[in-house]
Amino acid sequence: MNAAPPDTILAVEGLTMRFGGLTAVDGLSFAARRGEITAVIGPNGAGKTTVFNCVTGFYRPTEGSITCAHADGTAYRLDQLPGHRINSTARVARTFQNIRLFPGMTVLENLLVAQHRVLAPAARMVGLPGYRAAEKAAIDRAAAWLQRIGLIDRADVAAAALPYGAQRRVEIARAMCTDPVLLCLDEPAAGLNPRESEELNALLLEIRQGGTSLLLIEHDMSVVMRISDHIVVLDYGKRIADGPPAAVQADPHVIAAYLGEEDAEVAAP
Amino acid sequence: MAPTQPAPQRSASSSVQAALKDAGLAALIAFGVAAPMMGLRTVQGQGGLTISPRFDTVAIAVAAVFVGRLLLHAWQHRGGALRFTMPRLPGIERFAGPLLLAIAVALPFLPGVGRYEVDLGILVLTYVMLGWGLNIVVGLAGLLDLGYVAFYAVGAYTYALSAQYLGFGFWQALPLAGLMAATFGVLLGFPVLRLRGDYLAIVTLAFGEIIRIILLNWTSVTGGPNGLSGIPRPTFLGLSFTAGGGPGSFSDFFGLEPSPIHRIIYLYYIILVLALATNWLTIRLRRMPVGRAWEALREDEIACRSLGLNVTMTKLTAFAIGATLAGLAGAFFATRQAFISPESFTFMESALILAIVVLGGLGSQIGVAVAALVMIGGFEVFRGLDEYRMLVFGLVMVSIMVARPRGLVGERTPSVVLKERKAIDAALVREGAG
Repeated sequence: MNAAPPDTILAVEGLTMRFGGLTAVDGLSFAARRGEITAVIGPNGAGKTTVFNCVTGFYRPTEGSITCAHADGTAYRLDQLPGHRINSTARVARTFQNIRLFPGMTVLENLLVAQHRVLAPAARMVGLPGYRAAEKAAIDRAAAWLQRIGLIDRADVAAAALPYGAQRRVEIARAMCTDPVLLCLDEPAAGLNPRESEELNALLLEIRQGGTSLLLIEHDMSVVMRISDHIVVLDYGKRIADGPPAAVQADPHVIAAYLGEEDAEVAAP
Repeated sequence: MAPTQPAPQRSASSSVQAALKDAGLAALIAFGVAAPMMGLRTVQGQGGLTISPRFDTVAIAVAAVFVGRLLLHAWQHRGGALRFTMPRLPGIERFAGPLLLAIAVALPFLPGVGRYEVDLGILVLTYVMLGWGLNIVVGLAGLLDLGYVAFYAVGAYTYALSAQYLGFGFWQALPLAGLMAATFGVLLGFPVLRLRGDYLAIVTLAFGEIIRIILLNWTSVTGGPNGLSGIPRPTFLGLSFTAGGGPGSFSDFFGLEPSPIHRIIYLYYIILVLALATNWLTIRLRRMPVGRAWEALREDEIACRSLGLNVTMTKLTAFAIGATLAGLAGAFFATRQAFISPESFTFMESALILAIVVLGGLGSQIGVAVAALVMIGGFEVFRGLDEYRMLVFGLVMVSIMVARPRGLVGERTPSVVLKERKAIDAALVREGAG
C-alpha cells in the first residue's frame, strides 16, 4: 500500500504535531528497519518525545501518517488506531521515561497483566482447566523473562520495592511480555549507573537477537553509539541527519546542532 | 523506637513557650467552634424564640482544650509517642476469616441469640455484601463511587415493581434486579469513563441523587415519597412463611410450631449466602485477568493502555459487576423490609458503605467485613448513649484512621505467586485516581 521497502517495520511520513501555536514536530519522515535498533536523538526540546508519543498512540498527530508493517505484510496505521490497540493489534510496546510499573503489584503480577491479550480470551472461552493451562504458560513466560533480567528471586516482591535499575529492567520485560514486533524505549538508560547501563545494552541486543525491532530515544551517547544500527537526529522538530552511527557522528550538522561545535569529543566512543 | 524525642539542644524554656503558643492556638480554634455551637442557646420565650448566651460552657470547653493540649505536650516532651500503632496482625485472614464465618453460620442457633440479634445480623450482613460489592469498584479498580446506593435502590425497586406489576416472587426477581442494576452501572459508566478522581466522585454522587429524585417524583410508578409496600416475602422452595401457619406454609410442612422467627432466620441465611457468594466471586475475579486488570488500572491507567488493556471495558466491567451486587442486595432489602421508599437510599447510605470500605482497607475482604461489623454493630451497641452516640461513633472512626491510616487490613495479598506469598505493604499500594 505504500512505497516503503519490504524490510521497513515503521514508516513515519510527513509527521507534524502542533500544540496550539507551537509546532513540536514539523513534517518529519523516517523509517525504521525490521530487526534493527533505531535511535532517535536530538537536543532537549527537539521533539523526540512528541514523535515517540505519536508512534505509541498517546498523541494523535496533526498531520502525516505512521505505519507499522508486520513481517506477514499486514500494515497498521498507528495514527488511526485507538490507544490500547497500538499494543494489542499493531503489537507496538513501549516503556516510559519515568518508569510506570504497577507499584503495589508484585513483579510477577506486572508481567501477567502484560499478557492480558492472551489470558483474557482463555478465561472467557475455555473454562477453568483451559485457563489454568494458559495461566501456567503465562507464568512460565514471565519466569523466563525474570531469569533473563536476573530478578527471578524477586518475583513475589512489590514492584515499587525494587531498586531503580531493576525497575527499568522489569518495565522492559513487561513490555516484552506483550510479545511486540516493535519495542519503543523512552530513555531506557536514564538514571542508570555505568554497570547497569552496560547490562541494559546487553539486554537490548538480546531482544534484537530474538527478532523484535527496537526504537529508542536516548540521551546517553554510550548506549546510542554502541548498540544502534541506525540513528535519526532531530532538531527543532525536523530531521537533520539520518544514517548509521559513524556517519551521523561525522555529520557537521549534527555536531553543530546537537553536540555543540566544541563538544565533539562527547561523541567519541 | 522514639521518633518524637525532643532535640537535646532545645532549651526547656523555648519548648514551654512553643507548647503554650500551640495550646493557645488550639484554644482559639476551640473557641471558634464552641462559641456559636455551645455558647448560643435558643429559648422559647413569650415573644417567640430568643437566644440566651452560655458563656460558662464556652469557657469550660476552651479551658479544657487548652489544658488538654498542654498535657499532651508535656507527655510528648517526656518521650511518649503520639502515634500509637496497633500490633501488626500477621495472617489475620487465615484465622479471623474462618472464625467469623463459623460464628456467622451458627449465629441463629447460638445460646442467647434472639430475634433482635438475628435481625441485627441481617443488617450487618447486608452492609458486608454492599461493602464487598463497592470494594470491587473502589478497592480494586480504584474508581471512587459516591453514588453506589443508586444501584441498591435500582435492585430494590426492580423487585418491588416486578412483584407489583408482574407478580414476580423474590427468587424470580433476584436475577432481574441484578441485571437491571448492571444496566444502570454501564449507563453510569459510559459518561464518566473519561473522568478521574474528584470529578468522577462528583458525577457518581450526582447520579445517586438523580436516581433518588426520580424515585421520589415518578409518583405514578414508584409511589413517590409514599414508597411501595406489601412487597412479597421470599418463599422456601415454594413454602411460604405466613404468620399463622396453615397449609403450604413452612411450619406446616415441617410440622413446626408457627413462629415469625423462622422467616427471620431464613432471611438471615439468604443474605449470608448472597454475601458469601459475593466474597467468592471477588476472590475468584481477583485471580482472573479481569481482576488483575482492575488492580492494574488502580495502579497506573496509562501503563495499562500501553500494555494493550482496554481501559474502557475494564472500567465498565468494574462498574457493572459492582452494580449487580448492589442490585442483588437491594432486592434482598426490599423483601426483608416489605416496604421501600426513596428515604432508604439517601447519600448517607453511600457514604456509610464507602466508610466501611475505607475503614476496612481498600481491597481487603476480611477488613471490609470487620468494618461493617464495627460500623453497623457498633452503632447499635452505642444506642444507650442517646445523643452522644454520634460523638462516640465519630471518635471510633477517627481512632481507627489514626492507628491504621490505610484501614484495618491495609496490606495487599498478591493474586498470584511464584514461590512465596508475601503481603505487600499498604504504603506501596496506590489508591487509584479514578
